[in-house]
Amino acid sequence: MILLTRKAEFSSAHYYWNEAWTKEENERVFGRCANKNGHGHNYTLEVTVEGEVDSVSGFVVDLKELKEILQREVVRVYDHRHLNLEVPEFASGTGMIPTTENIAIAIWRRLEGKIPGAKLHRVRVYEMADLFADYYGEH
Amino acid sequence: MAGMVFKTGPRAYLTRCYRLSASHRLHSEAYTEEENRAVYGKCNNPHGHGHNYGIEVTVGGPVHTQTGMVCDLGELDGFAETNLLQRFDHKNLNTLNEFGEAVPTTENFTRAVYRIFQGFGGARVVRIRIEETGNNSFEYGEELGKG
Repeated sequence: MILLTRKAEFSSAHYYWNEAWTKEENERVFGRCANKNGHGHNYTLEVTVEGEVDSVSGFVVDLKELKEILQREVVRVYDHRHLNLEVPEFASGTGMIPTTENIAIAIWRRLEGKIPGAKLHRVRVYEMADLFADYYGEH
Repeated sequence: MAGMVFKTGPRAYLTRCYRLSASHRLHSEAYTEEENRAVYGKCNNPHGHGHNYGIEVTVGGPVHTQTGMVCDLGELDGFAETNLLQRFDHKNLNTLNEFGEAVPTTENFTRAVYRIFQGFGGARVVRIRIEETGNNSFEYGEELGKG
């Protein structure tokens, strides 16, 4: 079994807000991330898949294909968008705040079952060089 | 109790990286001077040497449905400031009691940092990774993604 990781980048705006809380509670818990005008990051996505090496191609997956899947399923949806306002899984009423952890979980759900010949192993999302979240599909 | 909590939602891991600079000397009383030089090489220089350590702290647990977070980052940073940076940054590791009789190799440093973060109440530490230089790194903790 081989693990293979493909990287992609997207730049998005977001803010943290729990609709069940008052403005004061949101500001106390989320600090400057609760600014409703939003702020943004250059996110780096690392998607790791696992699989067996095909005896003919020598590949676990076709990297061109994996790149296109990441572009189609994630980058074109998230890049240069406001995650709270323009991406359905984080929309008002979903209860899904676009934290780094939840972005990793959402990307897992977008990619699961869509990578031919390989199994999703890990989704890692860097919000900044010194902060990242990992999701392995655990419940 | 903690086990029940972990089953309630998607389980994720959050990693925060901290940097600190410290000196050390690798030298064991169990060895002769010659053996120390043979085992530790230039790291046995009597006056010590130093590194810019990059320390990755990974905590794991259910994503809190109210906040979307595994733990409050401010709390983790505050804990790290008091218990990691203030204790180790710009210090000589050989003079600190965290290592007891143990040699302050980065292996032992990694385990010492793991033990320290076991005292963090905001989430469970699952892994510590320390880069001693760009060429050497050390990890200690659980295998992730097996829950």
